[in-house]
Amino acid sequence: MKEEFNIISNLIKENTRVLDVGCGNGDLMKFLQENKTKDIRGLEISKEKVQNCLSKGLTVIEGNAESDLKQFPKSSFDYVILSQTLQAFLNPELVINELLKVGKKVIVTIPNFGYWRVRLQLLFKGTMPVTENLPHEWYNTPNLHMCTIKDFYNFCSTKNIKIFKSIALKKSRISEINESNLNYKNLDSHLGIFLIES
Amino acid sequence: MFFSHNSISKIIMNRNIDTKKIIISNPLKLDCGKEINNFPIAYETYGELNSEKSNAILVFHALTGDQYVSGKNPITNKDGWWSYAVGENKPIDTNKFFVICANVIGGCMGSYGPSTINETTGKQIGTDFPIITINDMVNAQYELIKYLKIEKLFAVVGGSMGGMQVLQFVANFPDKAKLAIPIACTSSHSAQNIAFNELGRQAIMADSKWENGFYSNYKLNPDKGLAVARMAAHITYLSEKGLQEKFGRKLQDRDSLRYGFEADFQIESYLRYQGSVFVDRFDANSYLYITRAMDYFDLSKQYKGNLSNAFKKTKTKFFVISFTSDWLYPTSENREIVIALNSIGADVGFVEIESDKGHDSFLLDVSSFLKTLGDYINSTYEVINERRI
Repeated sequence: MKEEFNIISNLIKENTRVLDVGCGNGDLMKFLQENKTKDIRGLEISKEKVQNCLSKGLTVIEGNAESDLKQFPKSSFDYVILSQTLQAFLNPELVINELLKVGKKVIVTIPNFGYWRVRLQLLFKGTMPVTENLPHEWYNTPNLHMCTIKDFYNFCSTKNIKIFKSIALKKSRISEINESNLNYKNLDSHLGIFLIES
Repeated sequence: MFFSHNSISKIIMNRNIDTKKIIISNPLKLDCGKEINNFPIAYETYGELNSEKSNAILVFHALTGDQYVSGKNPITNKDGWWSYAVGENKPIDTNKFFVICANVIGGCMGSYGPSTINETTGKQIGTDFPIITINDMVNAQYELIKYLKIEKLFAVVGGSMGGMQVLQFVANFPDKAKLAIPIACTSSHSAQNIAFNELGRQAIMADSKWENGFYSNYKLNPDKGLAVARMAAHITYLSEKGLQEKFGRKLQDRDSLRYGFEADFQIESYLRYQGSVFVDRFDANSYLYITRAMDYFDLSKQYKGNLSNAFKKTKTKFFVISFTSDWLYPTSENREIVIALNSIGADVGFVEIESDKGHDSFLLDVSSFLKTLGDYINSTYEVINERRI
């Protein structure tokens, strides 16, 4: 968690306007507020989590990214963050498009389904993978559209989305992803972090 | 038996309420075109204003509220209307904040209203009172803030019609509040809400004792009409689920139906009771005037059909709250306020609180609401003080 927050924070310029989509209990928002910018908003679907955020004085709106991002004007945020939630949407493509409209830049982090530990579970155990990062069983997972680092990388190039920076995380080891090491990073990282622009 | 109260004595007594009161000498131009001056505003305050004058919260009351937010209401001898939210060690803690609440103009608790005595005639103004709007109410209360020499309020807060006043206040005075919390309200009164208000007004005006609004000249009071208005309105403040769970088909003090029109059911008895206690504390003409003000409220129309324009000049932070079972001011209408604010990049938070207590939820002991409200106000107060905005 901490590493991911640090990486995201490093991608953001100081005193910019940020929207955290699926902000949960506001941990990342708090982190960024202390380290980068005071001008940060959140969007969260769970009432309980929204109340937790508001209790901390964070500016959060209860809502659904698939329907409620529309209300923000085009390019109204310098950065829009989607941290480990893309896979939970009914229509991830639509969400990415909405994010790219609302934000000048978008930071997407994805739990990598191509990580070797995940692959091995399916290969050897023959069951849907359950890992530290993906703790749910197949029947109760909120994750509808799991993807790999490579999937997301390819998605961006097919849809003509510019990738400014792509970072792989394994435990606390940080490395850059590029065309030539993509297959390896896709196998050896548990999280991918992408800074993109339409 | 429920309509047998002689409320005249109480209404007359109300005119001499021992309340804090100021006389506004500045002329106030009303939306209807008339001008008023030298008119009274009755108000109450709780807590102490700090030396920087940075801890003041103006609370706006709803249709039948008054200035007695907390503590004991001296008229009804009951707890103030927002005692769950405001008071010592309450979410809006009067150990920390200086809370101000004024009776709206048009009201009947000491502010200028239809039951105010016209000094030249010695009689109540009655329906000679001008039609007032939410805008007029807010402008009148702003005079009180000036009188109290508060340059900038920490917050303006209110539910229902109080929420409408919050929206209007920020639109009128964009740099006079750091934080605005409109609760369970709307930016534009819906057809359904106008319809319910009209029902209430017709009930009052159909009462033969209404006398075109000059009932006090005849020592009469249209309390049957006012009670029916209150009963109908009261239903809209609850939810179907809440009603069903609380009353169901339970009978009142009897084992079987009586085959008549007495209050067989508990819900009937409850509504009759609500009606009867209401007429003891509220003036029928005030009910007409204030519901009319609500019906006329359409903030987006005031800004050429674009609600966002109402808030373009403000840096005020907003927190909008709605309730799941509120069908009078449903979440969708509260969300429109959020959408308008977001579309101009304003600082707005929003949550819909889970509650089956209907529109009345904001007045009741709904713990998740009270906790979120209190935590938000307190942490925002800290953040704003730290940043010294």
